[in-house]
Amino acid sequence: MTATETRERIVGRAIKRREDPKLITGQGNYLDDIKLPGMLHVALVRSPYAHANITSIDVSRALAMPGVVAVFTGADMMDINPMPAAWQAGGVKNNAVTPRALAVGKVTLVGDPVAMVIAEDRYTARDAADAVDVEYEPLDAVVDARKAVEPGAPQLHATAPNNVVFEWECGDQAAADTALASAEVVVKEPIINQRLIPTPMETRGSVARYDAATGEFTVWMTSQAPHVHRLLLTAFVFGIPEHKLRCIAPNVGGGFGQKIFCYNDMAFTMWASRKLGRPVKFVEDRSENYKYSTHGRDHISEAEIAGTRDGKITGLRVKTWANIGGYFSTIAAGIPTTLYGRIINGVYKIPAVHVHVTGVYTNTAMVDAYRGAGRPEASYLIERMVDRFAAEIGMDPAEVRRKNFIQPHEFPYNNQLGLLPFDSGNYEPALNKALETVGYGDFRAKQAEARKQGRYLGLGISTYVEICGVAPSAWIGANGQGWGAGLWESANIRVHLTGKVVVTTGSLPHGQGLETTFAQVVADELGVNYDDVEIQWGDTLGTPFGYGTYGSRSLAVGGVAIKRSADKIKAKARKLAAHMLEANELDIVFENGKASVKGSPDKAKTIGELALAASVAYDLPEGMEPFLDETSYYDPPNCTFPFGTHISVVEVDPETGHVDLLRYIAVDDCGPQINPLIVEGQIHGGIVQGIAQALYEGAVYNDDGQLLSGTLMDYAVPTAAMSPHIETDHTVTPSPVNPLGVKGAGEAGTIGSAQCVMNAVIDALSPFGVKHLQMPATPERVWNAIHGG
Amino acid sequence: MIPSAFSYHAPTSVAEALSLLQQHGDEAKILAGGHSLLPAMKLRLASPGVLIDINQIAELRGVVINGNVNIGALTTWSAIETDGELASVCPALAEAVALIGDIQVRNRGTIGGSLAHADPAADAPAVMLALNAQIRVTGPGGTRTIAADDFFTDMLSTALEPDELITSITLNKLGAGEGSAYSKFAHPASRYAIVGVAAYVKLSGGKVSACRIGVTGAGPKAVRQTAVEQALIGSDGSAEAIAAAAAHAGEEMDILGDIHASEGYRRAMTKVYVKRALTSAVARAR
Repeated sequence: MTATETRERIVGRAIKRREDPKLITGQGNYLDDIKLPGMLHVALVRSPYAHANITSIDVSRALAMPGVVAVFTGADMMDINPMPAAWQAGGVKNNAVTPRALAVGKVTLVGDPVAMVIAEDRYTARDAADAVDVEYEPLDAVVDARKAVEPGAPQLHATAPNNVVFEWECGDQAAADTALASAEVVVKEPIINQRLIPTPMETRGSVARYDAATGEFTVWMTSQAPHVHRLLLTAFVFGIPEHKLRCIAPNVGGGFGQKIFCYNDMAFTMWASRKLGRPVKFVEDRSENYKYSTHGRDHISEAEIAGTRDGKITGLRVKTWANIGGYFSTIAAGIPTTLYGRIINGVYKIPAVHVHVTGVYTNTAMVDAYRGAGRPEASYLIERMVDRFAAEIGMDPAEVRRKNFIQPHEFPYNNQLGLLPFDSGNYEPALNKALETVGYGDFRAKQAEARKQGRYLGLGISTYVEICGVAPSAWIGANGQGWGAGLWESANIRVHLTGKVVVTTGSLPHGQGLETTFAQVVADELGVNYDDVEIQWGDTLGTPFGYGTYGSRSLAVGGVAIKRSADKIKAKARKLAAHMLEANELDIVFENGKASVKGSPDKAKTIGELALAASVAYDLPEGMEPFLDETSYYDPPNCTFPFGTHISVVEVDPETGHVDLLRYIAVDDCGPQINPLIVEGQIHGGIVQGIAQALYEGAVYNDDGQLLSGTLMDYAVPTAAMSPHIETDHTVTPSPVNPLGVKGAGEAGTIGSAQCVMNAVIDALSPFGVKHLQMPATPERVWNAIHGG
Repeated sequence: MIPSAFSYHAPTSVAEALSLLQQHGDEAKILAGGHSLLPAMKLRLASPGVLIDINQIAELRGVVINGNVNIGALTTWSAIETDGELASVCPALAEAVALIGDIQVRNRGTIGGSLAHADPAADAPAVMLALNAQIRVTGPGGTRTIAADDFFTDMLSTALEPDELITSITLNKLGAGEGSAYSKFAHPASRYAIVGVAAYVKLSGGKVSACRIGVTGAGPKAVRQTAVEQALIGSDGSAEAIAAAAAHAGEEMDILGDIHASEGYRRAMTKVYVKRALTSAVARAR
């Protein structure tokens, strides 16, 4: 009998990623690997000033250099529109000013491109960029979001008075005010979530080719959303039909959000390739990536938490100034609003909450989604404030959490902040597991003993919840959310006559191992060999429209679209099997890759046999079309809400302020795991990014808007050697939202971790009277906290 | 990340390198490991028209240990790091080298290149000061020896003449009663020293009879800590004596402040790391 009869389920197995041998041996095909005949190279002339009027641009010296083909400025490109704003803050007025292909008239950040030099090779282009003479009239700059809204601050855009992009709120202000005014205990703290630079290993870029014969563009792009980029570039920037642009994301070397957005290099390479009739390539170097591609976080908040002496949280009031940067990036306003304010209560039942967010332009790089995107900021704030509250009332921080958790029977839970209800959750088992692993029962005694010896240990707890697979379109597209499109996902499955399965997905991987995860799902659904499943993605020509990969949505939305296509394949296969086996369709069961007659397992057809029959098509049931080929467009009924508990133990050196991360325990619940190895990898990477925010990373601008942390010599991305051993564990609470029960795991590590480390550091410093510390907890900052500097 | 155009030469002897250096003058830069020069060129902070790559000059490479220690200028950090005999006779050097950059950096970076570049946060200059290194240089006027104490003149500046090349570094072997150590507060991104301290002590009859301390990272150039040394010499090298002496650290030097560490914090850390280096060095001397 066939192999399928004995095959074991592959979902749930920690198999190695099928894409890795290629990627780790240098056989991948990344953007910079693309070389086309006749291809020209771009070097940009970028503003050295954070804020200035452009008074003149003289390109004559550059144009005269051998090998230079053309030099263009923003004035040349007025026939295309500025980049689109795809997610504004919902329900309020937005003063969205997006970048043009090249700056026109003025610049609002260091690195703003003012001219593009196009040459036969990259070296010539770079040399010629130095020969473009630009005169600027420098203007005063502002880099701090709170200072930018003060009277008299430099004004970036005429259409955005006081540099305000939007003012948005959620929750019940009157109820929060009353709760705060009448509370037994109120703790107020300024909470800063510092600016981070995403730092994907591969920087960004575009290669555009225009075919004058057909009027069609092809753009290879470092992209997490090629279909969306096609839509935005054609419908909004160029005003051409969608079918005149093919977007291809080749292998993408990490994104962390930075590659979601529609950047001006996509537009200016397209424009120039059409103008010159030759392919045009632009690839950022690291310095350009740091200066101009999007950054993340950068919130300044005032948070107030109210509660009772016996540990019940009764209110939360938050005012946040979210730095948006020099222009409005593609989905910049959705991140500090819907994905932040609406989840600010975390895992707790808080009866009265109000959040007010002011989005602010400053003379800095644009800020948009970065791994976690709004949820790390929310999670950090609430978890710090819960610890502050616990310390204030002298209660064990684990106990305060327990007392305020949303309880399992309360799901689906409506937090009254404008989200759809939390799908499912059971927070206490994850907390208990983590506490047990760390040995919480003994820890306080050990800590007290160590302090007597002059050693300062600290333990930090983070119990987080997040929002994954943001959907449905009917909610996110509604007025209150401001998203300008849908958020469903698509998949097509074809079973070829050899029994091999080809899946095309509107989603795509940018380093997470989705080819493996998706193939595992399909292999089990159809009962075929894992190796017989091919996953194709990233090319708008060969894949159905999809919204892309971000927000931990690839499996919970994209994977479910695949599962539903498999269901349709099986339904058709069952009908065909009934015909071939001369049985009633109602008596056909499809199990383990075979359609068989109920009660007669010997009367069976494998999916391969059925695919062959469907392909040759000489004996099909009346009215059945040939071929097993099905497409699904899946729009989930809700988001998913993964959660977990992270605990870290640190030791602080009081003499230097160094923080030593002794243990890190992560108990995450992302629902059922398709591939535990990939989940663990995602958790590890995410946690290290959160640890980095707590201890190392921070983008630093001076008052003139110069990025001082502009290189990897200054901006401390942690290496493997700086990462602790991470003790992972999980609980499994399936999501009722989708048929796979999956929730998403790509961002959880980052969302749970920064506050986990900070809570531990601050716990260690409590003997010195330290109640709060801003991130990153660099040795100097910790030392100052100890020594009163 | 795209350097300006330059011409490239790869001499195979010191004489040939010196002749190229004379020929091209200010336009030329020597390329050894390239780990300081090439990043500067890629950022266009440096745009030399001529690179003289000395990596083909075999006579500049290698460690010889006889009565003393002789290290060729082109010897890589990894060659130094993995030389077991060198580690036993110059512990501070081995300790410092193991903390330079990462493995890839140590596979390329050279001792001569680092000393000639004189980065204010490089590790080697502090060790050279503490171990009283003698730096051999060759130029059109012949060969001369410069003591480490006289070598580092200012930020990124040395006593090396533009037409001279470092050929080797000579160090004394440490014997009984002598100890050395390197203690470093590294920046998490660059791995350069925010404060790096190399210490050498000699104990005679239970008393500290000699002491040399080099500090890097804290100021515009690597410097000795004579006030600390004087305070420690004659003491019993106890924890109390070390703490008292280390309190003088940073007294006679300019301290830098930047986004990585303020002046005040660097000053405080200079004292802490001087104490830590001395504590290790004394323990090894005993």
